[in-house]
Amino acid sequence: MSGKEYRTITDVKGPLVFLEKTEPVAYGEIVQLRLSDGTMKNGQVLDTSDDQVIVQVFEGTASVDRQTGVKFLGDVFRLPVSKGLIGRILDGAGKPRDGGPEIVAEDMADIIGAAINPFSRESPEQFIQTGISAIDACTSLVRGQKLPIFSASGLPHNDIALQIARQAKLVGSDDDFVVVFCAMGITAEEYNFFVHDLERTGALENAALFVNLADDPAVERLITPRLALTAAEYLAFEHDYHVLVIYTDMTNYCESLRQIGAAREEVPGRRGYPGYMYTDLAMLYERAGMVKGKKGSITQFPILTMPGDDITHPIPDLSGYITEGQIVISRELHQKGIYPPINVLPSLSRLMNAGIGEGKTREDHKSVSDQLYAAYAGGRELRGLVAIVGEDALNERDLQLLKFADIFEDQFLRQSRDEDRPIAEGTLDLAWDLLTNIDTKYLVRLDQKWIDKYHPTESKS
Amino acid sequence: MSEESGLIYRISGPVVTAVGISPRMYEVVRVGDEGLMGEVIELHGEQSVIQVYEETSGVKPGEPVIRTGQTLSVKLGPGLLTQIYDGIQRPLEDLEETMGVFITRGVDADGLDLSKKWEFNASVSVGDEVSGGSIIGIVQETETVEHRIMVPPGKSGKVTSIQSGEFDVTTTVCTLEDGTEIAMMQEWPVRTPRPFIQKNAPDVPLITGQRILDFLFPLAKGGTAGIPGPFGAGKTVTQQQLARWSDAQIVVYIGCGERGNEMTEVLTEFPHLMDPNTGKPLMNRTTMIANTSNMPVAAREASVYTGITIAEYFRDMGYDVALMADSTSRWAEAMREISSRLEEMPGEEGYPAYLSSRLAEFYERAGRVQTLGGGDGSVSVIGAVSPPGGDISEPVSQGTLRIVKVFWGLDAGLARQRHFPAINWLSSYSLYPQALDQWYRDNIASDYPEVRTKISSLLQVEAELQEIVQLVGSDALPMDQQLTLEVARMIREFFLQQNAFHDVDTFSQLDLQYEMAKAILTFQEESEKAMAGGAGLEDVVNVPARTDLMRGRFEEGYAERIGELLGKMSKQIAGTMEDN
Ligand SMILES: Nc1ncnc2c1ncn2[C@@H]1O[C@H](COP(=O)(O)OP(=O)(O)O)[C@@H](O)[C@H]1O
Ligand SMILES: [Mg+2]
Repeated sequence: MSGKEYRTITDVKGPLVFLEKTEPVAYGEIVQLRLSDGTMKNGQVLDTSDDQVIVQVFEGTASVDRQTGVKFLGDVFRLPVSKGLIGRILDGAGKPRDGGPEIVAEDMADIIGAAINPFSRESPEQFIQTGISAIDACTSLVRGQKLPIFSASGLPHNDIALQIARQAKLVGSDDDFVVVFCAMGITAEEYNFFVHDLERTGALENAALFVNLADDPAVERLITPRLALTAAEYLAFEHDYHVLVIYTDMTNYCESLRQIGAAREEVPGRRGYPGYMYTDLAMLYERAGMVKGKKGSITQFPILTMPGDDITHPIPDLSGYITEGQIVISRELHQKGIYPPINVLPSLSRLMNAGIGEGKTREDHKSVSDQLYAAYAGGRELRGLVAIVGEDALNERDLQLLKFADIFEDQFLRQSRDEDRPIAEGTLDLAWDLLTNIDTKYLVRLDQKWIDKYHPTESKS
Repeated sequence: MSEESGLIYRISGPVVTAVGISPRMYEVVRVGDEGLMGEVIELHGEQSVIQVYEETSGVKPGEPVIRTGQTLSVKLGPGLLTQIYDGIQRPLEDLEETMGVFITRGVDADGLDLSKKWEFNASVSVGDEVSGGSIIGIVQETETVEHRIMVPPGKSGKVTSIQSGEFDVTTTVCTLEDGTEIAMMQEWPVRTPRPFIQKNAPDVPLITGQRILDFLFPLAKGGTAGIPGPFGAGKTVTQQQLARWSDAQIVVYIGCGERGNEMTEVLTEFPHLMDPNTGKPLMNRTTMIANTSNMPVAAREASVYTGITIAEYFRDMGYDVALMADSTSRWAEAMREISSRLEEMPGEEGYPAYLSSRLAEFYERAGRVQTLGGGDGSVSVIGAVSPPGGDISEPVSQGTLRIVKVFWGLDAGLARQRHFPAINWLSSYSLYPQALDQWYRDNIASDYPEVRTKISSLLQVEAELQEIVQLVGSDALPMDQQLTLEVARMIREFFLQQNAFHDVDTFSQLDLQYEMAKAILTFQEESEKAMAGGAGLEDVVNVPARTDLMRGRFEEGYAERIGELLGKMSKQIAGTMEDN
């Protein structure tokens, strides 16, 4: 496109620029702005008509004035994709940040991405062992799943994400994951923490990083995860990689979304977030999965910090409605000194049932997991009661459950940052050991045949 | 410029404004150089406002908009079953063929395969009088479902020709004396309910095999139910359980703005799962609509109408149809998104002011009817609702609860304890039991309603006792109340809990449900007797046969064994008296 430059800006509002009287401009088209001092900014068309065009400016509108030149580039936003993305660090707009050369494109991919046809999906069902008992036993992860970490400020979600990235493996297979890491508005310190760990373990060479930090433009954050997922799709579906996408912090992403909504004077939804936030988030999260006829897969680990530790806040709430479960980090457990402080009760893996059991993990897995949940939930509830009436008022069953809750937290949940427990002999056997603290007649979630086979003291073998 | 085509004036996401045409409301138009499908949703002076069913990026003002003269319709005829469609009835399999695994745009696909030939067996003869809804012939569409070809509503007359044989769906198989030609396929506008003679009161239960649903909060065939619940509480699993096990003859499953993998799961599983009523794969009776969360919102808005129109069509053949919509909240959100692009005056929480009337109109399309053809058919509608933060005081939940007759309230607390189905037995309700009780007495047991009442009042009493326990502990209660707590625990753990993923437990026949409920009451009676005779609470609770009775439900052949297990339990409980 010839690229006529317009100087017809009428209004600037927050991150938005309003222009009038242009040639027809396409919806979603990419825009370049040239400020009077020569600085360039990028944007995208959000609304277009014969009379007016609204552009969202990624780098923010500071210094934009009516003299600013606006050029429409005649195309939607594309990322140059290639295998060469692996091992590279890019900024939040997709430009090299590691001092390396530009990416030599094998293809230019539309970053919005198209929806995977539900008919073409393959059901994810390959168990990924993370070596973390709480996750492997209770919220098992499978390849192609999107499983966010719901955390809050000051909790060790980054350690957990990194431990997963280090330890994740398919039992009985040596296909490795490549990591696509996407930072949205996190601090330089947090970012360095990630990079150093990936470097230390050699994973960095096998990773592509897209980085928008806290002092980078906020609106750019709306683009960054789309770049990361576009790269992930290319690597997974064109080059057969199993990609693990970690993106953090979704809360910053949603704040940027809210900012755009406010600038457009849209009718806000709950707590000021746009009414379309569900759909917008789905356009990211749904870019996980496996598809028929392709070897690769995309597994997503979005990290979000729940404002005010509130799981009903729109950000975790809408995420939980889209993702295939959630791993919830608990401040209470963290304060008790337990790592990883995963509260399994509100945590969930929706794809767990497809990934566990005979031939995958072990035949008793489901039953054991149900029993752990029931016993731990029972024990935790009793803690409240004991605080009021004391242990004397408890019957035998309740006393056992109460004690079990402590043991579960102390011995099952707790493990070190480099402890990699195998699912069967590590995690599940440990669970059986701990369940001996409860009389079998109270273990109503366990099938008799598993008690006969696996119970350390009551088994018939 | 002719009236038939105009120009795009504005594009804002899925909403496009055109000038230079004056289409009718809800007319389908083709938008832009790629001819994207859209529907007129507002007329505003010169401007026609269009919701576009495909992604609009790259579309420019000045591109053409062309009228089609049609309103948004579905194609109805043999070939609907086993299909999976997007929100505007494009078969996803066809889209895969033309586009690959990612859904791009600008591709049309017919809702029915127009070239496929079906064996049509005429059931009327020349000279017969027929009218809208009359069945004129049969096609064996799948192994278990015969597709009854009907005269489209509004047509009638004497048959002047009719032929059996192999035809595609657009070939005329029957002509009427006024020249009307009838093929196996008919079309129907999705936003208009299909006509019937009259609505009849639902008085037969839709049996789902889910104990808490069937026994405590039953839905009638032709009834409506809402399932509100926070994420992870069990809306989808419950809907899928209904799609699997309910004794409807046809199932229409709408995945509206939800996860792609959940649809894939149904797609991969249903061809292998057997319908307990026919012994044949469930897929044979199922049609799916999948407009997932990342697919265009305008098509999501339409998906619910596409689904219910297909359901009504099968109802008109005289079938009992069950329709699940997961989730109606995503449908409402699609309305909200479109409405806000139209800059309409928002109602509560940004939803359009017409939200509650749209919800009511949708559920109103459920019902048990006398069909135009004189048969008896029903559409039962079960809508999932996804309230933000799980708080049902919001508009979609409230709008739904005002209309539906059954409320299955999911509870995050129960889900956290892995008590599934996490349906709260205290807050849920069904308004159907009265209408259904006669059916239960006639078909299951004469005291069925009384057993149900006993079970639900035990749960009520437990809730009251639990409040005291929270203050003083259970040991402080008198023995008879402690027993009541144990009986209630048995109701919860043995009866209400039901594991959808367990091969045996996933489904219970109604008579087995009744037997299980009776077994709990027997435990109560026997224990009362034994305790009066000196036995301790721990003694009766811990008899081994009770554990066997409870664990037995996970084993094949439980229905045959429960009587024997129960006998053993009673004997052992009676035995506890002698030990003391
Ligand atoms: N009846 C049930 N039996 C066993 N597990 C269940 C049942 N209902 C729900 N679950 C569990 O809860 C999870 C979430 O259920 P789902 O129906 O997907 O929730 P929602 O649709 O409300 O978000 C499931 O993945 C499953 O693990
Ligand atoms: Mg769901």
